[in-house]
Amino acid sequence: MSDQKKVNRRDFIYTASTVVGVVGVGAAAWPLIDQMNPDASVKALATTEVDISLVKPGQSITVLWRGKPVFIKRRTENEISEAKSVSLNELKHPEKDEDRAANPEWLVMLGVCTHLGCVPLADKGDYNGWFCPCHGSHYDTSGRIRKGPAPTNLEIPRYEFVNSNTIKIG
Amino acid sequence: MSEHNYQPKSKFGKWFNDRLPLLTLANHLTDYPTPKNLNYWWTFGGILTFCLITQIITGLVLAMHYIAHADMAFNSVEHIMRDVNYGWLIRYIHANGASMFFLAVYIHIFRSLFYGSYKSPREIIWILGIIIYLLMMAAAFMGYVLPWGQMSFWGATVITNLFSAIPLVGESITTWLWGGYSVDNPTLTRFFTLHYLIPFLILGLVVLHIWALHIPGNNNPIGIDIKKPSKETVSFHPYIVVKDLFALLLFTILFAAFVFYSPNILGHADNYIEANPLVTPAHIVPEWYLLPFYAILRSVPDKLMGVIAMLSAIFILAALPWLDTSKVRSAVFRPLYKQFYWILVADVLILGYVGAMPAEGLYLLVARIGTAYYFAHFLIILPVLGKIEKTSPLPLSITEPIMGGSLNAVPTRIRENSQKL
Repeated sequence: MSDQKKVNRRDFIYTASTVVGVVGVGAAAWPLIDQMNPDASVKALATTEVDISLVKPGQSITVLWRGKPVFIKRRTENEISEAKSVSLNELKHPEKDEDRAANPEWLVMLGVCTHLGCVPLADKGDYNGWFCPCHGSHYDTSGRIRKGPAPTNLEIPRYEFVNSNTIKIG
Repeated sequence: MSEHNYQPKSKFGKWFNDRLPLLTLANHLTDYPTPKNLNYWWTFGGILTFCLITQIITGLVLAMHYIAHADMAFNSVEHIMRDVNYGWLIRYIHANGASMFFLAVYIHIFRSLFYGSYKSPREIIWILGIIIYLLMMAAAFMGYVLPWGQMSFWGATVITNLFSAIPLVGESITTWLWGGYSVDNPTLTRFFTLHYLIPFLILGLVVLHIWALHIPGNNNPIGIDIKKPSKETVSFHPYIVVKDLFALLLFTILFAAFVFYSPNILGHADNYIEANPLVTPAHIVPEWYLLPFYAILRSVPDKLMGVIAMLSAIFILAALPWLDTSKVRSAVFRPLYKQFYWILVADVLILGYVGAMPAEGLYLLVARIGTAYYFAHFLIILPVLGKIEKTSPLPLSITEPIMGGSLNAVPTRIRENSQKL
């Protein structure tokens, strides 16, 4: 509105009806957009309990949680010391091993490469941890990104030990 | 657009045409004046129309037998292959049809690059074409997910994860796209819906693409403006129609060779294994037509920057009419551009090759050089070349270089006259 032109009733009606129209269209569009988000049945599968009594040191198992693989690795002494000995300034995404594995023997993390979502292969790559075959990301024995295009370390999901033989993920 | 005074001959035709001028439209399309020097590279517009119609018809039929559910999709595709009458044929035409579609569109795009068809006044035709190309890639990608094989699943995972590179909202966007926390049944059903929708969007854009083409008329191999209609033009029907049909015949021979003799050569064996969210195939590769962009994505060591580079490689094409500063359209009269054009063709082919190879060692190095060159071509070479290149003299008309054998106008006319005597 230029300053010499007076704001009149018609301008008010235009602006007000445009605002009401935009709000109305937005409100009508939201259900159409939000229906694509995870539905109640998907959200209901939020936790998984896993029996780990048969996993020996050095072995790892892969379980499915929310459609994604979760690696549960029982690490050997060597692997733990290797993970702990890395200094933080060598890391692209600095995280202490203690913060990633509260119980150092058990490393629980999402088996989803943080680059573009492939499943990394165990006991491969330049750092004896995981290697993603898709675009060549190398992870160490703590699942931390060391080399390649992935931006962050393998994600640690929320989990707890229900008892010494069972882990609850989610 | 100049023959609007068309009058149908029959009384009913006139009555109808006064109410809905469909006959005027038909008359415009048959009489449409076309430069008489169009070569076979100009037949791919017709071929692409054929590809689109083929995909829509075969796709419609496949959708009658396909089941979009994570537990049933894979088996329903096998059911089409083994049980449905001619299902194998229809599916192989549809699957190879996608490749043929891209083959034709790449030739169509590179024809435009060679002859400068994207330049003023045809920028809108070009941009509509780029949007069609983007939609084609979206449709092809979603279609590839539907058989729910290993490549379907992991291709979908990798491509949808590209969105997670967006800062802050990336994760929410990928979850929204998936309808869950990974690629799963909700993803499959929505991809099926969109895969069905997109071809009709493309059809609408094709109408606009042709409409925009019919305003200035076709470019031509020597790239000069010509008067339409004139002695320089022929009518679309029968001249161009017959030429297009002949080219289409040759094209369908190639098409049929793939469908009947090597229907799986362009696919991946891994896609005959049902999707398994716990195992990624050792070597994920997209379909051949996306490989150059895949090479660009992998050549950048940073996730977000890689995604940006890949998308820019496509979107930069939309800015091409303004990046190319040369006033001369056809590469025939641009001796330097002609060489850079072929280097670009080679660069894209090399990027396609390394895109299919593992991203390590020499392949990675070649991909990085190829990526840098690709952007340099559009951002540095083309703007500068238009300013410094010394172009050959343009003929004044289409007939002149043919009749006179010389690009110089005046002596040609004299020689023409002396030959007549």
